Amino acid sequence: EDKEDESKEEDNGSQQNTASRRKNYQRKNRDGKKAREEGSQKKDRGKTAPTKDQKESENKEKKTTKRGKEGENKKKKDRKNSSSSASSNSSDEESLSEEELAMLKEQVEQKKKLISTMRNKPWRMVKKLSVLREAQAFVEKFEGALGKGKGKKLYAYKMMMAKKWVKFKRDFENFKTQCIPWEMKIKEVESHFGSSVASYFIFLRWMYGVNLVLFGLIFGLVIIPEVLMGMPYGSLPRKTVPRAEQATAMDFSVLWDFEGYIKYSALFYGYYNNQRTIGWLKYRLPMAYFMVGISVFGYSLMVVIRSMARNANESTADGDDDNFIFSWKMFTSWDYLIGNPETADNKFASITTSFKESIVDEQESNKDENIHLRRFLRVLANVLIICCLCGSGYLIYFVVKRSQTFSKMQNVGWYERNEVEIVMSLLGMFCPPLFETIAALENYHPRIGLKWQLGRIFALFLGNLYTFLLALMDDVNEKLAEEDVVKNITHWTLLGHHNSSAGNDSTATPPPLDPADVPRGPCWETTVGIEFVRLTVSDILVTYITILVGDFIRACFVRFVNYCWCWDLEAGFPSYAEFDISGNVLGLVFNQGMIWMGSFYAPGLVGINVLRLLTSMYFQCWAVMSSNVPHARVFKASKSNNFYMGLLLLILFLSLLPVAYTIMSLPPSFDCGPFSGKKRMYDVIQETIELDFPLFVAKIFSYVANPGLIIPAILLMVLTIYYLNAVSKAYQRANAELKKKMQMQREEEKNKRNNKASTNPMLQDLEDLLTPSTKTESPLKQAEDKKIEPPNGTSPVRKPGKGEALAGSPMASGRGAAFTPPSQVFVTQPRTLGVRAPYPGQPRPWGHPLGPLPGRGRGQPCY
Amino acid sequence: GAMGGSASLIPRDLLGEYQELTFLSKQEILLAYKRFSELLPKEERENACSARVPKSQILMLPELRANPFQHRICHVFSTSETQDDSMSFEDFLDMLSVFSDSATSDIKSHYAFRIFDFDNDGTLDRKDLEQLVNCLTGQGEESRLSSAEMEQLIQNILEESDIDKDGTINLAEFQHVVSRSPDFASSFKIVL
Repeated sequence: EDKEDESKEEDNGSQQNTASRRKNYQRKNRDGKKAREEGSQKKDRGKTAPTKDQKESENKEKKTTKRGKEGENKKKKDRKNSSSSASSNSSDEESLSEEELAMLKEQVEQKKKLISTMRNKPWRMVKKLSVLREAQAFVEKFEGALGKGKGKKLYAYKMMMAKKWVKFKRDFENFKTQCIPWEMKIKEVESHFGSSVASYFIFLRWMYGVNLVLFGLIFGLVIIPEVLMGMPYGSLPRKTVPRAEQATAMDFSVLWDFEGYIKYSALFYGYYNNQRTIGWLKYRLPMAYFMVGISVFGYSLMVVIRSMARNANESTADGDDDNFIFSWKMFTSWDYLIGNPETADNKFASITTSFKESIVDEQESNKDENIHLRRFLRVLANVLIICCLCGSGYLIYFVVKRSQTFSKMQNVGWYERNEVEIVMSLLGMFCPPLFETIAALENYHPRIGLKWQLGRIFALFLGNLYTFLLALMDDVNEKLAEEDVVKNITHWTLLGHHNSSAGNDSTATPPPLDPADVPRGPCWETTVGIEFVRLTVSDILVTYITILVGDFIRACFVRFVNYCWCWDLEAGFPSYAEFDISGNVLGLVFNQGMIWMGSFYAPGLVGINVLRLLTSMYFQCWAVMSSNVPHARVFKASKSNNFYMGLLLLILFLSLLPVAYTIMSLPPSFDCGPFSGKKRMYDVIQETIELDFPLFVAKIFSYVANPGLIIPAILLMVLTIYYLNAVSKAYQRANAELKKKMQMQREEEKNKRNNKASTNPMLQDLEDLLTPSTKTESPLKQAEDKKIEPPNGTSPVRKPGKGEALAGSPMASGRGAAFTPPSQVFVTQPRTLGVRAPYPGQPRPWGHPLGPLPGRGRGQPCY
Repeated sequence: GAMGGSASLIPRDLLGEYQELTFLSKQEILLAYKRFSELLPKEERENACSARVPKSQILMLPELRANPFQHRICHVFSTSETQDDSMSFEDFLDMLSVFSDSATSDIKSHYAFRIFDFDNDGTLDRKDLEQLVNCLTGQGEESRLSSAEMEQLIQNILEESDIDKDGTINLAEFQHVVSRSPDFASSFKIVL
């Protein structure tokens, strides 16, 4: 009917050349869009009073746009016909001109993009549904028209596969989210304590996932093959408890110290045989052991760095910006996850305090105070803390030294045997509160104070760990010296046994010496492994006991004794404990460091850790919910996650060092472990390459391992790092410059505003401001802009908000992220027009070089 | 299948469309459906997709119970024609989508603006800001800010955020400020 008419009309116009037609077409669209935009605006506002007729008009509007669109399609078809008839007489349907086809394709692509980004639009579900259905119908209808001749089928097939792929991906995502454990538990904590406490549990869960992978690696490739295919217990000296220890080998006190049967089990390095291949699979166990040891570090590094990069990418805002202190306090301080009235009360109080504080700060920011006294106090505090650190380091060194003398003595008590672990745990327990007390002298802002505190605890733990390692290293060197002696003894014993048995009865084969009777070397690797396992276990126990006593017993005491006490225990002195987020995170990080260090010499350690994290999850969740109170000042889990990740990375690196050192420069024990008999542990790689690979691989390997190649490679890497660093510096500078310009602009604006009537010069000003930024923008973004610009006005459904997509999209590359500020300034503008429409005659800035990007976000254009 | 009988009440293709249009996964939508139909009286549960839950029921949700903006949230997401702020299932989904973990900070800030815009006039003026401060400082009389403090606070906020100096904060300015905050997206979140 009227559509037909419309198309007839269009037919008349089809004489015009394509260019002007295109222009026309775009203008039409733009108008349509304007109308639509207004419609949506009306809708947004209309919610205050959505009277019937308003809705109706809205609907009408929608209809008109719809009709308009269909008209367009018609028009296109007509145009297709007319152009084909005009150019030649061939009425071939397939001979759509290239341009036509491209247009249609573009439109379909655009619809698809719309479909995939629909969720980013602030529309009501009803509207989204109708637009979605419409767009899907459009795509369905015209997709088939794309592609020519033979290509058509292929195209259709490709489209079908793409659709299937999208669906598969969605299902897979659903499956993945279903697999994430403890969602409910964490949610419960979130609603009681806000997102900060919950962030610890999320970190714990992440840690558990990482450890589970490490556990799978080590168990699947080392421990299980050894247990299934390796020589059984008792077949070799290294797999047998020595005669002298056999009587007590099953005693609990011995097992608890990881001696006896546990020491001679697959949990420790020493148990593994140096046989090149084991079992019917010809499994190369020593090789696997070495590679797994390396890949534990490789995987951990990869995971940590990847998640750090992701965190950095997500946070486009740096947060160091102190332009918006008050506004952020106002607009972003409520934690919507809080679902518990008590927590909400605490949060109210803390927000009020922070408001009051910041007002007072603002007023007194230039008040003078005694800066010398403060400086003196800060220096004093640092001196005190350094004394503490040195003291604790010395104490540990002393204790480890003493434990070496204890270990040579017989019948030492339980305390003497576990002195090192006890002292380390006690230091870890009592030093942090001590630091906190000292830090009160410094009078820092709480946030800065927290960072200092974390840094100091970190230094304490690290110092302790490294002193421990140094002392352990002394121990190892001693053992290595001892080993030489034992080596000879063993040699002679075996020889002597052989001779004697040969002398006694020369006809029979000599009965082999019982493996339990063969003299052993000290096997320093197992010793190191045992030390780490002990340290981990005692750490677990101390943590759990601290939670039980410090949180649970205290909470019980406060709760029940309160009825018959002279003062109010709940409000007064002991009160309930708060959950110490930073301490707990640091504990977790250090524990992980010990696991990384120890897992090469004690493959079973990761299993212990997995158990620990699993129980921690339940135990700490329970403890938090039952006996802790929400923080008086409820912190938010901001993007400080990367701070913890950075600590984790540092620890990973620091724990890699000693392991790499021992692998590269210490000779393995001669009678235990998978590398016994080799000069160095890494010889196993050379051996494998020489024996298992064809000759040319060995040749290639020897070339690659040549210093002549390695040094240039390292040089190249250093140069790359240098270059990237320089580039990022330049971007940062540009960023800072833009920021400065913006501030200047704002200042100017303030002055201008006061005396000038507003026509909207701001828009132009901001655009001017932005033009220089395009020069420095990443090529990626420019390319995108170019790509998107042409169809500027083709889709009437697209949202006009020019930069809204820009704002939400974390720039694809980390470097690009440096340029968000300008785009966001920009973003602020068109919306102004939309929402308030104070400047009715203002031309819309469609032709701006930055061009609109259809919404990007989670729905990356994937089809 | 895992969600039991109630799951089958959302048609398959509608479920797919909801997944396309929200930031929620299938499980989350089904959970939302379950929670939503639990708010309905028994006889209406059969066709929960078309029923509306009154505001009083929505506010009973533990996720909204302690929220000082609960009334605003209901108001902003409700499509009720009679102004009673009741919610249909689709409104409910809209709300959860905006508050979900994976929603972009852009859409979050858009709705945050509308939640804070107490008089629904499209800008945050002094009255709105005052009301917002009162919401954030709670009900207790002793925790209220004095009028001088309030004045000072609002003055400071306008100085920071009101770029065009018209005395109010509009959506664009609001988004500009909020999008640069390090922890807006992580706290503007509600999980069922």
